[in-house]
Amino acid sequence: MTLKARVIPCLDVKDGRVVKGVNFVDLVDAGDPVEAAKAYDLAGADELCFLDITASSDNRDTIFDVVSRTADHCFMPVTVGGGVRSITDIRKLLLCGADKVSINSAAVKNPDFVAEAADKFGDQCIVVSIDAKKVSAAGETDRWEIFTHGGRQPTGIDAVEFASRMVDRGAGELLVTSMDRDGTKSGYDIALTRTIADAVRVPVIASGGVGDLDDLVAGVKEGHATAVLAASIFHFGTYSIGEAKRYMADHGIAMRLD
Amino acid sequence: MRVAIIDYGSGNLRSATKAFERAAREAGVDATIDLTDKPEHVVKADRVVLPGVGAYADCRRGLDAVPGMHAALTEAVVNNAHPFLGICVGMQLMSSRGLEKTVTEGFGWITGDVVEMTPDDPALKIPQIGWNTLTLNRAHPLFEGIPTGPQGLHAYFVHSYHLAAANPEEVIATTDYGGPMTAFVGRDNMAGAQFHPEKSQTLGLRLISNFLRWMP
Repeated sequence: MTLKARVIPCLDVKDGRVVKGVNFVDLVDAGDPVEAAKAYDLAGADELCFLDITASSDNRDTIFDVVSRTADHCFMPVTVGGGVRSITDIRKLLLCGADKVSINSAAVKNPDFVAEAADKFGDQCIVVSIDAKKVSAAGETDRWEIFTHGGRQPTGIDAVEFASRMVDRGAGELLVTSMDRDGTKSGYDIALTRTIADAVRVPVIASGGVGDLDDLVAGVKEGHATAVLAASIFHFGTYSIGEAKRYMADHGIAMRLD
Repeated sequence: MRVAIIDYGSGNLRSATKAFERAAREAGVDATIDLTDKPEHVVKADRVVLPGVGAYADCRRGLDAVPGMHAALTEAVVNNAHPFLGICVGMQLMSSRGLEKTVTEGFGWITGDVVEMTPDDPALKIPQIGWNTLTLNRAHPLFEGIPTGPQGLHAYFVHSYHLAAANPEEVIATTDYGGPMTAFVGRDNMAGAQFHPEKSQTLGLRLISNFLRWMP
């Protein structure tokens, strides 16, 4: 009788097709996002995340089609991120069937946008996506900084302070990605996840770096995340959603197994 | 059968519409799902669904911004006793008042206020986002064939507030989040889910099917 930890497969979508970035650079085509979404729905994924990395504005509308077609078939919660910059973007995604949107660079550029979006659509549908890199030297107190542009652009903004500020503005959930770990399969940055999770009252989704199922367990147990996001371990069939959830349950985490 | 899903600019309406269409198909119910912002459609509908996400006051304002909609709801649900299902904030609006941000009048169908959840355990984050099980306080036709309890099916919740109903008889189901929180209310032809049936996979589709066949 308790809220269950969530396992969230994330599909990177470019021009309407699934890709997975390794450190956001090497891209491998891995199929139709809607087919993948249906498979994850059947497999018992607790939520689904689409990250739109379409660069060209000509193809920006492809994500709306992907989200609508997914909503026609999948009765599970869907979060869409990537290029969410205006109230109009959010409204369009929600009308297509998204439940939540994740805001990344627009939140860094203009924190008031998060407040405006939360006022308009409710805190519960605004996820702020935090891409952070460790900037403290060995031996120093841990410190992480927000990076934008796929981890290339430092901003000088402290990640933990930013997280608290975003919650004050109305973010209902935080998606915390370690840009040091993303694509490395060496596990989440647990210290980063836990520091932010313990500093805010909203749920935190751990992201970036999952290599095996122990990483998912650590994200919840040590990182204090209430949801764990992963991409390639699921897309490439290393582990199924069911295996991941059973493994987490076997390690004492309350999971939804129906 | 005509099912009106009220469109007042709140909620992931496409998901709700699609879920009702699929549940109708699976239940073998011949239903037209009408996503509508027209009060006359609501009055004429056999069943009425009020979705809603966001803040209580904003949803109330949104609904009142559609001329005649509140009156149409009252006509269909209170006077004509057509089956009604409120979802999330659509369910919360059935209360006497909402206390989110400001004090807002509800429909007054279920006596009680919508209040903030304040779990003592810091590990229980607000909003509650995710899957939780239900405790059924009493049998209700909408839960027919749905396993509940700790080993039962899960429902998908996203909320920071819950309806503290004055009459325990009207709390059909609760969910545990640092104590029992109202998950489902019901009285006569009125029902309301704090969770999202349209996002709750097996449990949700069954509950919607039951709603479509419900003869209160």
